[in-house]
Amino acid sequence: MLQIIDRRLNGRNKSAVNRERFLRRYKERIREAVKGMVGERSIADMDKGGDVNIPARDVSEPSFRHDRGGDSESVHPGNKEFIPGTSIPRPQRGGGGKGGAPGSGAATDDFVFSLSREEFLNIFFDDLELPRLARTAIGDTEQKKFSRAGFVKDGSRANLSITRTMRTALARRIALSGVVAEQLRDARERLDQARAECRSDEDIAAIETEIVILESRRLHVPMLDELDLRYRNVVTVSQPVARAAMFCLMDVSASMDETRKDLAKRFYTLLYLFLTRKYEKVDLIFIRHTDDAEEVDEQTFFHDTRSGGTVVLSALELAHKIVTDRYPAGQWNLYFAQASDGDAFGADAGRCASFLQQHLLPMARYFAYIETNEFESRHASSLWAGYEAVTLPYFTMRRVARPGDIYPVFRELFSKGSNA
Amino acid sequence: MSLISTGSNWTFELLERYDAAIATCAGEFGLDTYANQIEVITSEQMLDAYASTGLPIGYAHWSYGKAFIANERAYRTGRQGLAYEIVINSDPCIAYLMEENSMMMQALVIAHASYGHNSFFKGNYLFRQWTQASAIVDYLVFARNYVAGCEERYGVTAVEEIMDSCHALMEYGVNRYRRAAPLSLVEEKARSAERQEIARLQYNDLWRTLPATPVSRIEASKKNFPAEPEENILYFVEKHAPRLTPWQRELVRIVRKLAQYFYPQGQTKVMNEGWATFWHYTLLNRLYEKGLVNDGFMLEFLQSHANVIRQPDFDEQGYGGINPYALGYAMMQDLRRICERPTPEDRHWFPDIAGGDWFKVMDFAMRNFKDESFIAQYLSPRLMREFRLFSVADHEAREMLKVDSIHNDDGYARVRKLLAAQYALDYRLPDIQIVKFDREGDRSLLLRHQALRGRQLVEDEATEVMKHLARLWGFTVRMERTGAGGCVESTRVCEAPWQRQVA
Repeated sequence: MLQIIDRRLNGRNKSAVNRERFLRRYKERIREAVKGMVGERSIADMDKGGDVNIPARDVSEPSFRHDRGGDSESVHPGNKEFIPGTSIPRPQRGGGGKGGAPGSGAATDDFVFSLSREEFLNIFFDDLELPRLARTAIGDTEQKKFSRAGFVKDGSRANLSITRTMRTALARRIALSGVVAEQLRDARERLDQARAECRSDEDIAAIETEIVILESRRLHVPMLDELDLRYRNVVTVSQPVARAAMFCLMDVSASMDETRKDLAKRFYTLLYLFLTRKYEKVDLIFIRHTDDAEEVDEQTFFHDTRSGGTVVLSALELAHKIVTDRYPAGQWNLYFAQASDGDAFGADAGRCASFLQQHLLPMARYFAYIETNEFESRHASSLWAGYEAVTLPYFTMRRVARPGDIYPVFRELFSKGSNA
Repeated sequence: MSLISTGSNWTFELLERYDAAIATCAGEFGLDTYANQIEVITSEQMLDAYASTGLPIGYAHWSYGKAFIANERAYRTGRQGLAYEIVINSDPCIAYLMEENSMMMQALVIAHASYGHNSFFKGNYLFRQWTQASAIVDYLVFARNYVAGCEERYGVTAVEEIMDSCHALMEYGVNRYRRAAPLSLVEEKARSAERQEIARLQYNDLWRTLPATPVSRIEASKKNFPAEPEENILYFVEKHAPRLTPWQRELVRIVRKLAQYFYPQGQTKVMNEGWATFWHYTLLNRLYEKGLVNDGFMLEFLQSHANVIRQPDFDEQGYGGINPYALGYAMMQDLRRICERPTPEDRHWFPDIAGGDWFKVMDFAMRNFKDESFIAQYLSPRLMREFRLFSVADHEAREMLKVDSIHNDDGYARVRKLLAAQYALDYRLPDIQIVKFDREGDRSLLLRHQALRGRQLVEDEATEVMKHLARLWGFTVRMERTGAGGCVESTRVCEAPWQRQVA
């Protein structure tokens, strides 16, 4: 009568699909909220999940309901001193008087929920991609892909194709027993004929033995033979891969004060998260420069403090050197992101622009220049002015003045199809 | 008899032994139940079950995700505990037990759900009439697969739109009364024979001489359709909406079927919980009398039991209306008392049951009533005094609320009537019915909201629901509000999405 089932080991996330539906429906709202978070967060918390508020009105499910008003009676427990006819003042709800439109006076609580890190980043980097990414190189040993290639007669048991084996066996059985059946029919006919013609006993006996032999031969055709076994064949195929390298160039000179550095670092944190999440095989090269450029690891890039003068060209030259040494342009998709406050002295700006045009841009897939400047400067910085001479579709410049600007600018730079 | 167990840890073997002991007790009383299936789940799975309104399987919808997120957050931040069990009206009757429960709690839940609720599901007329316990799980599987199939074929958004609209009208997707069963062939023949006989008896040759008044087709079609107002809006949409495709109709049907499945539950909250609570109390006490459980078990049990049936007064913190567990349990115990130890007052109020066989009386009540009629029939003056019930009249014209009646000789009948009315569907649900489908004209649909004692609809929500209905219907939808006299006070109009675009 009783049946006890232990369901504890069953899946726990039965509602995951419903949750996902919810996120999908309120994507725009959530995206707004996520956008807001970027500005508020510290760099270290950039990739955490977070709380999202949606006004309760937006997620409500409507139905026909009675409003307050009209005449009604209700029964309650716990009478202490009331007698019939006692008057009680109306309890004040919300603060709206009678006839006030619902929702106008009463405060509606927000619908609050937390996004996991995964969901947060999904929404964060939704619809973003590296522009102009091309599959270039073939033959990199890591990029082999297994592919099915017909059937073979030997292989490991795990690859045994049962349908194909049974089909071969059937064909073999038809082929083998068909001939025998034909001979058998022929022998039987001869036997009948011999009997009709009243041949000698030996003749008849000979035909009868022949029939017995043929029948036993027919029975001996096996159901399945070693010959029938067929195995799925798997071969490795080399795949063209999209190899990409992203060069992060950051100005850490003295003119880049804490705010500006923070803006630049925020931008690169986003970029870093985006690339490591979306593209597993993207090489990241971090270059920082003062009056002299150096290649550093990410730890130093994000956390080390260093200051000095400014020679922007040094960073570009170093990037170019690294490209020629390690990332030949024919085999790699090369991306550059440069962040600076735009200060460049003397001929530096002009030389940067021409170096960019002559050396870096021809081999680059995309070059983004981000100027971090907390003042909405009315006159362009020297570097900005220099770079304005460059007019290639895959060269873009943006200004970032506040943490809140970073995410929109980032989306603009990497949104799908924007720079294709 | 020796104790079944001591200590608070449970094992599967102990679950079986407790169930066997409780089953024996239930058998002694004569409880009639479906077979039982007990499923042990974790708290996370309980949250999952919450989100899908307690059903074991459900189709995917964002509103379930919303419920899940809200419950999960409330649970994680400690603002809300979880139910100890969920029970499903199916055959076998499925009860979910949480693994965190103590042994006493599991026994309590088994008695409450697997015997109390279970026998109620099997016996109560509303459940018998409107739900098929043996088919529900299969239907849920069908529904989920069908919805998933539609999503694959027509896109998640297209399905979601239909589902949203259906959910908004879910409470109006219910048949409240059984339609007459179609006549059998024998009955049909008998009826036609009877008609012929009457025609023969009343035969008068003079009728033949009257000139015929031909009823033209146009005249006939001008008759109102539907002939009678239709309260099941989703049913009408499924059958008559001009622009729905077959798969959309099937989705409407699925939501309608689910609404119908839940219909008895909303109608019998007090009775169902009261019955189950009464039985867990009675059955566990019986175990104690038999010496199968010890004092510690009983003390722990009584504490939980007291929590469940607590009824805060109206002026206390945390008062949220009448606790169905408290009222239902008190009424069930009271019924037993009226049978076993009737007072003169009881004999006056309940002459037919006072002093009767308590099990038969309670069994009859369980089978043949819903909350509204149960309270109207069985709420005793003694209980009204115990709960100190009073009724408050909230009339729009008056500045102050007025106490209408209280628990005294003059008030008993009135308080009982008002409390019963409070559990009637009409008290909660505005009376809205389909009165006209303009088949020959602009195909618009006309609804009538019969405003009960001047009570209005929540304005902006009603507008939203009208939009949903217009989306399902595919043409203009109108709703007129009629007051007490039956005259139309106001009309709201909502056009279908494509009509709005054209305009």
